[in-house]
Amino acid sequence: MTDASPKEVRRHNATPPKDGLGFALLALTLAIMLLAATGWVMWAVKQTMTANGFQALWADALLLLFALIPLGLLLPATRSLRQARWARQALQSENLIVARVHSAEAHTWAWFTLGYAGAWGLFLLFVLFFIANNVAVGRTFFQLELIRNSFGLILQAFGVNVLIFLFAGVLSLIWGLVVAIAKLLPGKPAQPIRFIATFYTDAFLSLPSIIVIYLVGFGLPLTGIGFFRNLPLEALAVLALTLTYGAYMAEVYRAGLESIHPSQWAAARSLGLSYGQTLRFVVVPQAVRRIVPPLLNNLIGMQKDTALVNVVGVIDAFNQARIIASNDFNLSAVSTVAILFILITIPQTRLVDRLVERDRARLRQG
Amino acid sequence: MSLLEIRNVHKRFGPNEVLRGINLSVEEHQVVCLIGPSGCGKSTLLRCINGLEEIQAGEIRLHGDRITGPGVDLNALRREVGIVFQSFNLFPHMTVLQNITLAPTQVLRLPQAEAQAKALALLKRIGLEHKAQAYPDQLSGGQQQRVAIVRALAMEPMLLLLDEITSALDPELVSEVLNLLRELAKEGMTMILATHEMGFAKEVASKVCFMYGGVVHEEGPPEQIFTNPQHERTQLFLASIIEAGRL
Repeated sequence: MTDASPKEVRRHNATPPKDGLGFALLALTLAIMLLAATGWVMWAVKQTMTANGFQALWADALLLLFALIPLGLLLPATRSLRQARWARQALQSENLIVARVHSAEAHTWAWFTLGYAGAWGLFLLFVLFFIANNVAVGRTFFQLELIRNSFGLILQAFGVNVLIFLFAGVLSLIWGLVVAIAKLLPGKPAQPIRFIATFYTDAFLSLPSIIVIYLVGFGLPLTGIGFFRNLPLEALAVLALTLTYGAYMAEVYRAGLESIHPSQWAAARSLGLSYGQTLRFVVVPQAVRRIVPPLLNNLIGMQKDTALVNVVGVIDAFNQARIIASNDFNLSAVSTVAILFILITIPQTRLVDRLVERDRARLRQG
Repeated sequence: MSLLEIRNVHKRFGPNEVLRGINLSVEEHQVVCLIGPSGCGKSTLLRCINGLEEIQAGEIRLHGDRITGPGVDLNALRREVGIVFQSFNLFPHMTVLQNITLAPTQVLRLPQAEAQAKALALLKRIGLEHKAQAYPDQLSGGQQQRVAIVRALAMEPMLLLLDEITSALDPELVSEVLNLLRELAKEGMTMILATHEMGFAKEVASKVCFMYGGVVHEEGPPEQIFTNPQHERTQLFLASIIEAGRL
């Protein structure tokens, strides 16, 4: 190092931007093609409507409106083209930085066009599917009249799903916590308890819930034990779902309880709190806060599984819809059930997303 | 009779023997500082005194009563021996006030109002009564550690163990915590500190113990340990501390 050789000087070589013209032209072509395709699809819809004797001014206006929507795609596409041209000009006058800015803009607007064009294309495909074979899809799944006629019955039966869900949800949340705590009991004397709890979760995690429902719903009344024989079928369904989902919940609780750092245990125990008090005041409250999203996910799963109780003959929404569907030889009633499930599930999924996001924000904050 | 008597204590984690025959006695109103390199067993010793770790051999006596071995009511012991940790370990889901009143209400069965009044008085003393309703993550490290000390004090322990309580703090926050300890020492609180704050140890300790390799290598009044250490190990340790500019 003492040697007085001059230090090496390194230079940064400026690189020219990617040319955006080809990409911009591609986006523009796609936008124009989509415009043509939309016109054709709307025309096909109009044809189908005429063939079925349906004629209304508002419908025509709507079709025209839809046909014009992809015009909006021309806006980002032309912008992209313009920016790409400016980028070329700037490059020719050797203004590298300006060229880079315009090229980046050109790419952004081209991607913008592609993104919206892709979504619109999917929508067109769906419309085609719906009207194909003289609206066969529409007739099979979405006959408005059948939906309207059966809606009352199905909504009523959906109440059974909601009721089963509410009872089984609350019970499995409690039962899961009990099992998780049993699984984590410390010390040698608790070993048999831990073993049973572990076996229970292993068993019910591997059993398909439809089998548990079948065994509990049909089997327990068959045993002739008075208590089970007199239980309504809905209560047996609640029991079966609680047993199954209790195991799922227990695993989530366990992950949460184990995620609480041992130093929290040490702090609580060193203040003289007993094992139970430490669980109750320090560990469980923190654990539950962390696992609210996965617990809710399990609840959503259970909500969907309430449709399985039809195997033992509970008249829930799905069972009711199947009866109606086989009378009408049409699935529109089942679609109603599907829509009901979607309607009550989406808000919950969004809630989970929001909770997860809140947790992340808190973690980022540190 | 000494307040605390530690005799020939051995502690193993698996094959790793961390404490290899510790002997130490602590008198009432003494401040004992444990110094020594990382891994020498300072923290483990404190955790054993509080019953957070089981020992494999030897015994620890508090006022002559054995507090190690089978049949000891650890929850009762911990009412009398408090511990404060390096990483504060406040309960993050509780306010400062709840952190302090939890053990008095649940363990000592104090009425809520009484426990709160006591907690507020303690908070006032450390100048944090305006933070009573704040959550731990809204406090600075120094504030959190002072709350943790007050949380232990709310149980009115006869012995307070402090496990490197300033090691996780930003340097400018150390003094506020040490000032609180100075006050406690003046009031006659019996304390055992595991610490790397040599200047502080020199100032307030009644006795300094140099630990190395799981035993108390040398003990004595701070003047002796810091200015005239007898063992070579102690000399080496202090030399490197001085080299690092920490003494």
